[in-house]
Amino acid sequence: MNERQRVVELVDITKTFPGVLANDNAHLSVGLAEIHAVVGENGAGKSTLVKILYGMQTPDSGTVRVKGKDVHFRSPKDAIRSGIGMVHQHFMLADNLTVLENIILGAEPTRGIALDLRGARDKILSLCDQYGMKLDPDVLVEELSIGERQRIEIMKVLYRGATILILDEPTAVLVPQEVDDLFVSLRELQAEGVTIIFISHKLDEVLTISDAITVMRAGRTVASVKPGDITARDLAELMVGSDLPTPDTTVSTVTDVVELRIVGLTSLHTDGRVAIEDITFDIHRGEIVGIAGVEGNGQPQLVDTILGVRDAVAGALHLAGKDISGFDTKMRRDEGIGIIPEDRHRQGLLLDSPLWENAMLGHQSKKPFARGIWVDRTGARDITREIVERFDVRTPGVDVNAVALSGGNQQKLIVGKELILDPSVLIAAHPTRGIDVGAQAAVWEELRQARREGMAILLISADLEELIGLSDTLLVLFDGRIVAKLDPADVTPKTLGSHMTGVAVEEEAL
Amino acid sequence: MIKKIGLAIVAPVVAFTFAVGVAVLALLAVGVNPIEAFGLMWDFASTPTSVASIINRSVPLYVAAVAVAIGFQMKLFNIGVEGQYLVAALFAGWVGGSIVLWAPFHVLVVVLVAAGVGALWAGVAGLLKVTRGVNEVVATIMLNFIGFSVIGFFLGNFFSVDSGALNQSTPPLPPSAQIPGLNWIFTLFGFAEPRGTELQGFVIIAILIGIGYHLLVWKTRFGFELRASGMNPGAARMAGVNPKKMILYTMLISGGIAGMVGLSTMLGKLHAFTQDFPRGLGFAGIAVALLGRNNAIGMALGALLFGFMERSALILDLNDIPKEVVQIIQGVVVLSVVIAYEVVARIVKNREIKTASDATQASTAGPQEVTA
Repeated sequence: MNERQRVVELVDITKTFPGVLANDNAHLSVGLAEIHAVVGENGAGKSTLVKILYGMQTPDSGTVRVKGKDVHFRSPKDAIRSGIGMVHQHFMLADNLTVLENIILGAEPTRGIALDLRGARDKILSLCDQYGMKLDPDVLVEELSIGERQRIEIMKVLYRGATILILDEPTAVLVPQEVDDLFVSLRELQAEGVTIIFISHKLDEVLTISDAITVMRAGRTVASVKPGDITARDLAELMVGSDLPTPDTTVSTVTDVVELRIVGLTSLHTDGRVAIEDITFDIHRGEIVGIAGVEGNGQPQLVDTILGVRDAVAGALHLAGKDISGFDTKMRRDEGIGIIPEDRHRQGLLLDSPLWENAMLGHQSKKPFARGIWVDRTGARDITREIVERFDVRTPGVDVNAVALSGGNQQKLIVGKELILDPSVLIAAHPTRGIDVGAQAAVWEELRQARREGMAILLISADLEELIGLSDTLLVLFDGRIVAKLDPADVTPKTLGSHMTGVAVEEEAL
Repeated sequence: MIKKIGLAIVAPVVAFTFAVGVAVLALLAVGVNPIEAFGLMWDFASTPTSVASIINRSVPLYVAAVAVAIGFQMKLFNIGVEGQYLVAALFAGWVGGSIVLWAPFHVLVVVLVAAGVGALWAGVAGLLKVTRGVNEVVATIMLNFIGFSVIGFFLGNFFSVDSGALNQSTPPLPPSAQIPGLNWIFTLFGFAEPRGTELQGFVIIAILIGIGYHLLVWKTRFGFELRASGMNPGAARMAGVNPKKMILYTMLISGGIAGMVGLSTMLGKLHAFTQDFPRGLGFAGIAVALLGRNNAIGMALGALLFGFMERSALILDLNDIPKEVVQIIQGVVVLSVVIAYEVVARIVKNREIKTASDATQASTAGPQEVTA
């Protein structure tokens, strides 16, 4: 395969946000008329990297080169001028305007002071012709399907002269038929010399459509591969990584006392689709039950339903033999369920509040955080100091705001505040996502310690090493249901991966 | 810590200086010597009569600001304080004028009716939000208009003592339902007694409302849940705070306080709800809440500043200086305070992040230096 001319090169890109290292010397090199996939888990830094290319973010350090020239984009306008266009995951279209009006919106062609609609229509029709896209410029957008709307978004970008197209998870919103149509369109674009950068975490699609793949993990570029040289399983392994310190399990501490019993739990998405269905399992004291699954198969919904943040439509929960199905979130928390939430910024912290108020979150009616109806400021600050010390949270004090801490230290604070009051059940959702290796090892050690002391732990993670290493029992969640129960002692990331993608089920059926 | 407090004072000082600067330009533009105009305002406003009047003007503004601020704490905008206090004052005036009770209890009943009606009126918006998802801004604005009509309807048809009167009014409150004035405080401290103006006794209840607000928001579990829901609804839910309950409670409390906005005037001066009952206090309260940054003391200072400017506008008028200058200052002060605080908050935040990362770096051997 002859080497294509490089049209986009991102070299040594580093970008930090408060508490998050989004890109850590990341690389991306895209050839002319190439369909280049950027894959990685949520939070791996894919979006930040392409936002830097599109001028929405400026890198702290590193070089952006487009068509061989160094560029410093200050806004998407600069990027558009260099021929780069981006189609966002969420469409930005006005429903009550026509296709034509939507396409020219913000880049209206004029003749004198009048809108040159005829010129615009001619240009759009010729672009449709050139790239083999079907679009009727005169229908209202509200009448169109999602796939057609996406085509308008792509046309918007082409209309502005883009020859480098960034698609942010374009297939996330499409049904399979529309995905096929999109891929046909992308091939046509490619044949006409358009370069496409395609962000996704759906691996089979990536292998189908792309010419080259860049894999990102924890802000770094971990591999650049060709789809022919790699399988979906290898790719998954690259994404979740296996070169991290291993979370080795010591002797089993599983008792035969059931702490949390979940029976037939079912809940719905807000649009009425089934989110999780007939989930049944037990967690014993001293046991870590791991939930494996590809993202989007019901993990957050399972957590929410156990916590009571999402209503169950069927099923029951028993905590230490007591039926807590009718309890609200507050009562379940007070009954002894702790939670390390999946997204520490959206669900775990009050960024602009001091650490001691953050530690109080979820314990706000318990001693020593509260006394009667009053906040016990002294008690709360004392126990927060204890958390900071015991869990090695690096901070100048307990009165600084949470936003000032690094991601790893924020996470240690969350883990600490959940463990300090000894819950009987702990739900740990992606407890080491987006934190550095040192903090990760510390969190693992805390979970192991809690397990030794008899806590029942539900571990949800996309890091297969973490799941296999820490869990006593592994459950595989696929399409909202538990499809396999595995023993981590004789499972490898590869076999686990095949269960997660539903491949194993099909193989057994054959 | 000292730096933090220092920065907190810098913002309002900068904002106020800026606003005065704009006022100076405005005065110069209309050909008035600004020093002379400010001198007139100050001389006039520093008499005991003016001081009493300033406090009287600031009390309802303060109560309205507290009502708005409690909503702001959880990012709810109760723009309907206006309607809530007017409807509440109407019913409280009618009930107070229609019953006979011993002195302190009679006042208490009037206060409770006002708070209750205000809470119910705001509660409708809260209920609409949690059950139907109606935005509270829209609902409370609409309830303002409904409230104005309700007032006209009840005052005209049922509550009025003389339905033929030009200025219709509820039955007058008997002395047992009035709050006595506090002019004796001036003589107690050796000042001349205000003439023609009575320092309204409701100021004490307003101070209690302010203290109660501060304790509720900053010292109680409820206040913590309130602020947490405002700052990060997702985290609050995970912590077991029911967002719907919080919205409803907040609207009820906000409305309850709003219901008391008109009481200082009704119990201390008018002794009835009348057709020309003071209006616009609810909207002005929003500006005071912004000016005081939802802080109990800050809002008190803001309310006093507004009271001072309204009072001193009178003397400008008498000296043929356009009193609109005062409105310009009021507007510019609010805008510049909001901007100045935003800037200061950003500086404080950046400084804190830097301090924390310095502290972390010093205490570790570079945790980021682990190479893959």
